[in-house]
Amino acid sequence: MNGSALWRALRWLLLLLFAAFFLLPLAALLDFSTKVPGTDERSGAAWQALAQDPTMTEGITTSLQLALLTVVGMVVLLVPTMIWVRLRVPAASRLVEFLCLLPLTIPPLVIVVGIKNVYAWVNYLVGDSPLTLAFVYVVLVLPYSYRAIDAALGGLDVRTLAEAARSLGAGWSTVITRVIVPNIWPGILAASFVSVALVLGEYTVSSLLHYDTLPVVIVLLSKSNAPESMAAALASILFAALLLVALSFLDRRRRTSEGK
Amino acid sequence: MSAATATPPEPRGRRLRVGPSVGLLPFLVYVVIFLLIPTITVAVGAFQADGGGFSTDKVEALWSDTALRALRQSLVLSFASAAVGAVLGALLAYLVVVAPPTSIMRRAITAVCGVLAQFGGVTLAFAWIATLGFGGLLTNLLADAFGVDATGSGWLYKLPGLILVYTYFQIPLMVIVFLPALEGLRPQWREAAVNLGASTRQYWLQVAFPLLRPAFLGSALLLFANAFAAYATAAALVSQGAPITPLLIRAALTSEVVLGQANFGYALALEMVVVVAVVMTLYAWLLRRTSRWLR
Repeated sequence: MNGSALWRALRWLLLLLFAAFFLLPLAALLDFSTKVPGTDERSGAAWQALAQDPTMTEGITTSLQLALLTVVGMVVLLVPTMIWVRLRVPAASRLVEFLCLLPLTIPPLVIVVGIKNVYAWVNYLVGDSPLTLAFVYVVLVLPYSYRAIDAALGGLDVRTLAEAARSLGAGWSTVITRVIVPNIWPGILAASFVSVALVLGEYTVSSLLHYDTLPVVIVLLSKSNAPESMAAALASILFAALLLVALSFLDRRRRTSEGK
Repeated sequence: MSAATATPPEPRGRRLRVGPSVGLLPFLVYVVIFLLIPTITVAVGAFQADGGGFSTDKVEALWSDTALRALRQSLVLSFASAAVGAVLGALLAYLVVVAPPTSIMRRAITAVCGVLAQFGGVTLAFAWIATLGFGGLLTNLLADAFGVDATGSGWLYKLPGLILVYTYFQIPLMVIVFLPALEGLRPQWREAAVNLGASTRQYWLQVAFPLLRPAFLGSALLLFANAFAAYATAAALVSQGAPITPLLIRAALTSEVVLGQANFGYALALEMVVVVAVVMTLYAWLLRRTSRWLR
């Protein structure tokens, strides 16, 4: 049929246009990061500097540590709470959901504006370190983590599992850590991956609280060494892409195993 | 401030027994300290005189020319990027949804969209500087091929540039939030319409579009709120001046006195919360309407 052939051609043309729009800026990053400014030569110096420039390595280390701390904090805070709500206080489920989704309505910028007093206490109690950013980051990743873990819990008969374990003599901590958590592992992993991606790209809070995380360093360096900051920008987005692609495969495996 | 000593809201529902709900205390305390206290600080600070005591000076300063212009530009930016993002994102989502769920193309597009929509804005700003900034890839190509100067008057660092760069993460976000609604459009409905003698055009205009409208409008509102609350992209792109509200907040935070107001950031932040909250409430309402049909 002529119409459907036309439609197929149009579809591919549109997809190509979208692909060009989305890939061109990333290609431009690669192009810019391998250029020697002012000449036509190519060099990998900017990419080498990622591992050698102390400012850059420090920013990368800080961001990776923050990602780890945020994931640990998120899991410790959110997972037991969400399981507990399902098991013992279902009346509070709306409240917990509301609080978890609230950061979507209160932008990070607003939290930064109001957090001066809280951070005065944090710095007083645990010292002044970029790693204290993890406290706010746990809040910022709440909505995404909540959805991932909630989806995993939804596909599980938590109550029956808990009753079975309790009747065999397990305490509540055993029920949570050894019965339910292993069952919602994919959800926790998904929440962690998204959290890591968010933390690695987070700029608003860290820049306004004056801590040198990777994105802050990238902006800082763009004034003195543009190719290096472009290389770091591309490297970080590729790393996040890798994480999220891994996540999509995880998601698919979960879905297929559920379908059985 | 003494706000740090505030106690978390005790769950008070009648059906709640005090015993097990103690288990929620760590979570509630944490959220109160790191989310609610900052928000309350902003709300209180906006109505406080510099020496303490109640005052509407800061909130009144929101109606000054500078603040209003920033707000207007912010609204224009959010509206334009949400409109373009919603239309093009819905189109891309449709192109994705007609492909089989297992196709490489579909998986690649959803993965790329996930990254661009959720990963921070700094990288995206730099990607566009590398593309259309001075000495950028596309700038050079255009200069070589047509002899045009694509950077003309530095538009990339002003409102039009912001709209372009915001679109770059708005379209992917639209794909992510709109895809489930498109997937929920059941083939049976189309078959039913065709059986009743509808043409393809009629099916789209009278069945599919009305069904998708709440989801589309809701997603567009989410995009609007997303653009209005965004900071990183604009901050990385515009290093001086404050054409939009988030950047005016930056100015208020970094230089103490803005528009003759110390702590003006509180009032601006409150303005931001109010706008985003209104939009998100509408979004939640539309989402409920959507879920009636498309599950």
